[in-house]
This record gives sequence, structure tokens and C-alpha cells, in this order.
Amino acid sequence: MQIRLEPQGKQLTISGRRRVGDVIRSLGIVAGTVIVIRGDDLLTDDDAVEDADTIELRAVISGGSR
Amino acid sequence: MKCKRCTAKATVQLRSHNTAFCKECFIFFFQRNVERSIERDHMFTRDERVLVCVSGGKDSLALWDTLVTLGYQTEGLYLGLGIGEYSSASQRKVEAFATAHQLPLRIVRLEDEGDGLAIPEAAFYTRRQPCAACGTFKRHYFDQAAHDGGFEVLATGHNLDDEAARLLGNVLHWQLPYLAKQQPVLQPGHAKFARKVRPLYRTSEYESATYAFLRRIDYVVDECPNSHGATQLVYKDLLNRLEQAMPGAKLTFVADFLRHAQPLFAAAPDSPKGECTRCGMPAFGELCGYCRLVGEINRRRTPAVAHS
Repeated sequence: MQIRLEPQGKQLTISGRRRVGDVIRSLGIVAGTVIVIRGDDLLTDDDAVEDADTIELRAVISGGSR
Repeated sequence: MKCKRCTAKATVQLRSHNTAFCKECFIFFFQRNVERSIERDHMFTRDERVLVCVSGGKDSLALWDTLVTLGYQTEGLYLGLGIGEYSSASQRKVEAFATAHQLPLRIVRLEDEGDGLAIPEAAFYTRRQPCAACGTFKRHYFDQAAHDGGFEVLATGHNLDDEAARLLGNVLHWQLPYLAKQQPVLQPGHAKFARKVRPLYRTSEYESATYAFLRRIDYVVDECPNSHGATQLVYKDLLNRLEQAMPGAKLTFVADFLRHAQPLFAAAPDSPKGECTRCGMPAFGELCGYCRLVGEINRRRTPAVAHS
């Protein structure tokens, strides 16, 4: 499957059917810091994604004063 | 995973609330939570005019969308900070949202104001981080716009993660004056100030991003280029790791602080009594913080202009 990380604009490819929660964990992303988008839908941790899927992991963290 | 409210397939999982929702029920849940915060903390009523500060990001646009849906009287305020393409893109998003929903919007661009100072210039001349000037400029122009427009209330999109990170920073350094002021509602300490409110203070970033996506709100996903390496992001990372291990920790941290500890710090609120001799806004001394900063910038940039 194709994975796009936003706002970094990074592209990744992972093979094999997996659950969304496993994909997030395998990338070392902390739970709750991204929303997972497939087309017009949001996915939850227990949704499965396949090789043919393209998903976006969009960071939700904003702000940042010093 | 099923929606806890209607048992349809869930599209949103909220570990902090140990629940999950379908699209429609999440939108209801989000709006109801915001409305409850507004009512619980007596932020404002439907008879009062609310100036909503919108940056083009997910939080402020989600807030504006929610307030409009709930029937509050709102007007948007966009402050152009002059941070290159980031500011231009942000303004376009805000204008597109206001136009699509036929909402009134005020636009203030720092470059066009009397002092003509955008954030990059202010940072250059003060030799400090841009965020330092940004905070001072925002407070000044938000206050000024609310006063000029006769608004009773000034609302910002600060969310639970912002509040938790701010609280952690204030506790780490025992910033007592800041702890005294860390409240979702700040009553005006001067006749020229509006009531400042943060209706999203119990709503996480994950929830506001989810809401914005499900409501098809087109927001700026990119972050401010000046935020790289920001201390607040370090605090947020720590808190997100804590939240992963202990779902609900951020909400408990903020809510219990407000319930149990904040009143102890708030015993002697400090508010300006006088007015700035330069701009007329409330000030502790002869000049307000904004005009002191502009004075410092002007002193430093005048020789540079003279030599160019």
C-alpha cells in the first residue's frame, strides 16, 4: 500500500494486508497524533488496509511557541 | 468497531473517552462538547457578539463552524502575520471558508497597519525568536479589533493539547502569574478588553482535526515555519506519549488543575489600570507591551535605514 505522511509530504510503501493500528505502530507514530484517511473516509485502528490502498496519515499536532 | 451511540460502523475512535462514533454521531458529540464547555464556564450567550480569531488552521475553523452551527453570533478575524507563503495560504483558506458559509470576516494584515511591521521584521530587529513578537502582536491586534468592533467576547481555537502543554510548561518553571491566568475564560480587566474565551479547551487536537475532516473544512495542514523546534512541541510530544499509555491523562491534567489548583493561584489577578499613551489600549505603564516592542524595533531599524 502507498502511505503519504502529511504535512511532511513523505511517501512510503508497505506490502501486505494489515490493520491500521499495526501500520501506525510499525512507523513509530504515537497513537492519537494522526488521522488516517482513505479517500473520503477516516479509518480506525481495527480497519484493514490492502496492497491496493493509498492512505494518508495526517498529523494533528499544531502550534508551537517557544 | 461500532458507534457507541447508534451502533453503525464507527469511523472515529476516541481512546480518551473509551468510545467510538460514526461520522454523524461524532459531529454531534463534538458540537455538544463545545456547547457544554461554553455553558459550564459561562463563556457567552447567544445574545452576545463573538469575535472568532481564525488562523486558517483546523482548530479555529472547526470552532467557527461549530459556533455558527450552534446559533451563536459570530464574526471572524484573520490576522495576517506576513510570514511569506504560509500567511498567504492561511488567508486564502479563511476567506474561502467565510465566503462558502456567507460569514462576516475582518482581515487585519500587519504589513498594512500603521506600524507596518510583520513578524519576520520584528524578529530581525529584536534579534529574538519570531514567536516572542508574534504573541505580543496577536494579543494587541485581537484586543484592538474586539474593542473597535464593540465585541463582548473574543474566542480563540486553543485546544486541550495547547492547554495541557501550556500547563506543563508553566508547572515546570512554576510560572505563578501565568498559572493564575490559565483559565478557559478570562474576564476583562479593563473596559477596553473583551472577555477572552477558549471553547475548545476540553477538545483534543485529534478531535478537532477529525471534525474538520468530516465537515469537509479545507484548512492549512502545514505548520508555521517558525514552529520547528518549538518548546511547546516538546511538551506536546511528552503528553502524547503519556496519553498513549494512560488514555484521558491530558484531560484529567487540565480539568483537575482548573478544578483544584488554579483557584489557589488566581487569588490576586493582575490587570492593567491605565491606558497606553501611544495606542490608547490598556497598559500597566506609560506604554502597552505592543508599543514598547514597536519602539524597540524602531530604535534598532532607524540606523539600518539611514545607512542603506
